Amino acid sequence: MLVIASLLAGLVFGLGLIVSGMANPAKVLGFLNLAGPWDPSLALVMVGAIAVGLVAFHVARKRTTSLLGAAMELPISRQIDRRLVLGSVLFGVGWGIVGFCPGPAIVALGMGQAKAVVFVVAMLFGMGIFELFERRKQAVLMRA
Amino acid sequence: MSVDWNAFTSWSALVGGVLIGIAAAMFALLNGRIAGISGVIGGLLKPAPGDVAWRAAFVVGLLSAPLVYSLFAVLPELHIAAPSGTLVLAGLLVGIGTRYGSGCTSGHGVCGLSRLSPRSLVATATFMGAGFVTVYVIRHLLGI
Repeated sequence: MLVIASLLAGLVFGLGLIVSGMANPAKVLGFLNLAGPWDPSLALVMVGAIAVGLVAFHVARKRTTSLLGAAMELPISRQIDRRLVLGSVLFGVGWGIVGFCPGPAIVALGMGQAKAVVFVVAMLFGMGIFELFERRKQAVLMRA
Repeated sequence: MSVDWNAFTSWSALVGGVLIGIAAAMFALLNGRIAGISGVIGGLLKPAPGDVAWRAAFVVGLLSAPLVYSLFAVLPELHIAAPSGTLVLAGLLVGIGTRYGSGCTSGHGVCGLSRLSPRSLVATATFMGAGFVTVYVIRHLLGI
């Protein structure tokens, strides 16, 4: 049941990205291009998503189990640290270069776009590099 | 700044945004989780027992969104201007950055802001700021 819910959530998320135009990197770059002819669409996508999200998370935060009986795994960290900021800077630069963030890149991959394949493979490689560093750090900590 | 009114697709942006919000709401209330694409994918790179199926299902949902959309309407065209080398660089940055910063546009941007998380507000402001600066440098300083 959880797997089906997950599949549906991914599907609706992807449909939202296509309907909103955000699967198209050119449209995202139109929003990030503040100094040029600016396309505010992405801001309205956020408004629509957050309007629904505010209600949903207000309800979710009070629950100890999900409607399907799964444990609630919402984040608890409140730490604003170097990792958060540095990681977000790297992500923002990559986002600004091409106009892809992870969700739209996966949807574009589903459209069979060859360039999306290149981007997603590099992104997975980047995530793999992160995992290797984390594992090495863990190993050093264990030895200490 | 000048708004590009021809490019501004207000209604589809809002409707698509609401769909994304519904997907995040479904995932939070049914699965008890944050619909953060980079986190969902990243977790597949360090597979743990019982932790793979729901992640894979979400990604399959995203991937199949174009197919489902195409049953009802003509898929919009994507414009990915960047050449392969640039796609690889951007993909690496997005992969490493989203994992190091614990989230992307969906996890921090949509879900985090909906949860009123100060951590996600800092992350979102940071990656959006980095995206604005990157596009400014590429388009207006380098003139590419």
